[in-house]
Amino acid sequence: MKLGFSAADELFRAECAAWLQEQLSGPFSDIKGIPNLVSKIERRREWEQQLARHKWSCIGWPAQWGGRDATLARQVIFAEEYARAGAPGRINHIGVELAGPTILAFGTEEQKARYLPGIANGTAIWCQGYSEPGAGSDLANVKTKARLDGDEWVVDGQKVWTSLAHFSDFVFVVARSVEGSKGPKGLTFLLMDMHQPGVEVRPIRQMNGEAEFNETFFTDARCPADAVLGAPGDGWRVAMALLAFERGVSTLAQQMGFRNELDAIIAAAHAGGKACDAVIRQRVAQAEIGLRLMRYGALRMLSNTGQSDIDGAALTYKIQWATWRRNLGELAMDVLGQAGEIAEDDRYEWPMLPNLFLFSRADTIYGGTNQIQRNLIAERGLGLPREPRGDL
Amino acid sequence: MEFAFTEEQRMIADTVRDFFAENATSERTRAAMAARGPDAGIDRALWSAFATELGLAGLALPEEYGGAGLGMVEFALVAESAGAQIAAIPLLGLVMVGRAIAAGGSDLQKSAWLPRLVGGEVVAAAAAGQGLQAVDGRMTGTLSHVAHGGAAELLLVYAGDDAWLIDLNGEGVSATTHVTMDQTRPLATIMLDGARAEPLADAAAAIAGALAAGLICLSAEALGGAQSTLDRTVAYSRERVQFGRPIGSFQAYKHRLADMMIEIEQARSAVYWAACAVDEGSDDAALALHAAKAFCADTYRMCAGNMIQLHGGIGFTWEHDAHLFFKRARSIATMLGDSEWHREQVASKIMGPSTVGGVA
Repeated sequence: MKLGFSAADELFRAECAAWLQEQLSGPFSDIKGIPNLVSKIERRREWEQQLARHKWSCIGWPAQWGGRDATLARQVIFAEEYARAGAPGRINHIGVELAGPTILAFGTEEQKARYLPGIANGTAIWCQGYSEPGAGSDLANVKTKARLDGDEWVVDGQKVWTSLAHFSDFVFVVARSVEGSKGPKGLTFLLMDMHQPGVEVRPIRQMNGEAEFNETFFTDARCPADAVLGAPGDGWRVAMALLAFERGVSTLAQQMGFRNELDAIIAAAHAGGKACDAVIRQRVAQAEIGLRLMRYGALRMLSNTGQSDIDGAALTYKIQWATWRRNLGELAMDVLGQAGEIAEDDRYEWPMLPNLFLFSRADTIYGGTNQIQRNLIAERGLGLPREPRGDL
Repeated sequence: MEFAFTEEQRMIADTVRDFFAENATSERTRAAMAARGPDAGIDRALWSAFATELGLAGLALPEEYGGAGLGMVEFALVAESAGAQIAAIPLLGLVMVGRAIAAGGSDLQKSAWLPRLVGGEVVAAAAAGQGLQAVDGRMTGTLSHVAHGGAAELLLVYAGDDAWLIDLNGEGVSATTHVTMDQTRPLATIMLDGARAEPLADAAAAIAGALAAGLICLSAEALGGAQSTLDRTVAYSRERVQFGRPIGSFQAYKHRLADMMIEIEQARSAVYWAACAVDEGSDDAALALHAAKAFCADTYRMCAGNMIQLHGGIGFTWEHDAHLFFKRARSIATMLGDSEWHREQVASKIMGPSTVGGVA
């Protein structure tokens, strides 16, 4: 058992850091440190393509499809250095981290050749069509319909909370293809082009004033008959496998962002005179400890990949970080006091810490609420009886 | 990226888990709890089997004195399993005193004491001293709340930058073992009246070694204990039926168990991060030790309290083992600094010292 990385991996770290530094102090300095995923989209598309040109866009993928076959350790290192360098949030993280790995796992050679190059070279941005107005925590209650019409699927229905749909090029959609089917049976996983008349995107303004999420309406929207991942009717298995990719190396990069937020709170505590407050000090220490344990928890999971005794532990990660961050948002406002409740100018827009306070209320909801997480931990991690389903 | 146990470490874990599960039974622990005098809170047969048959007392002590020369990660595996069964053995004193002598003792001190600690022949205890008088190698004063102090024959005393070894079989020593809430690790008051106290050659190294080992021991015991409370409560919740369903199928119940698991998994990361950091001499070692002690102690208290609540009435009885965990959790919470103190040390490292009550 060791804490660090090998010497060769540390050399790789230096290589990542140097390239990122060169880019972000040079041609892409204008998007360094940009906080959200919605501004300067054109420049960020260029950034995705620049990453691709230098083979940094999807290093964990096979070399055949534009990756580097990088080990988990090196994926972690790149993700850490990416965040440390203040590089902008990846607008194609859904393509690179979710769609790509799922296509690699379930796609035919023909499908790989059709979809992967666009993700790898940064020209095809993807979004995720899972949740619906009636299918939130109960994701299997999908109502969006897909029917085969000649050599095309025709899709009708509504998705919601589709992050980044307003500038995405493709969407993967879970739709009900077997008439009268219920729950996880009869679903099909479709890969669809967003640029067509049957797809309409309406942004949803969030409580922090920004709009990263959308409603996406499908009205007679179409995709080719062979744009199905897995078999028709087997979409639930594909959809669930995709969610497993969500708990990957990106968690360690995410923690670099958390580090910046906690450091900003400590700086604010010094500036505002709260740094000597015994209760605030306890809470800051608690946050620091939680952050460190998140890091070693993630390293433990990644180092034990493939060992079955880590599966239960891995289930605890989502609720852990989400709750930690929500508490951090509360701490931020307690440190800032009323100054934190005043915007910087006449727009309803928030700097990092007040925005953290507002946005972190979403963290404990999306990707499975804290309540759903506890069900999963209890049922899958501890083997307790499943929650009975209602019939309504 | 190798933050995972090696084959050897997994084997040690399996061995000690089986050993304590088989031998540190509730019956034997309760016999040790009921004993008075020098056997109070010690299962002598268990201790002897641990030291001689398994050869584990010297696990984290140097090979040249009969130990296995392994580190805090391996020791943590042992303490985790001992804590899981609330084994009544003087493990804390052993590792604090042994590691102190190994790190800061003279060759003579090492050869005098380490082989006897490795063989389990001597029970050791450690105590932080206050208001002691040490003149010409003789010490006078009172040491309070010494874990297993009544059974100990070797005492490590540390105060400020100094540390001494005291042979408790010598002149000028008397000890009183108190009836203690956690009867598996009773506390004693030791009175010294001109007792021979031998300074450790490198006191700073000895104290650092003792505290690191002690904090790892308590944190790992807490982790093991907390995991036991979860495992036992899960088992109970599948058997116990109310309203025509196993109580473990109710969400209010499941969610509390899930909360226990969430904390326990972080506690596990904390223990092995700190143990690794100590073994590797990392700059983060002190921070990791403070973090581990605070987090693991809090986790154990929460879990042991939940164990009682989730067992209902039976969990409040003397007959059920829930109170053994609850009381061990309570005693760990205060030993070697409470969670608030450890968090303040973390705060000082990342925010600088607090100026409240001091010179601004």
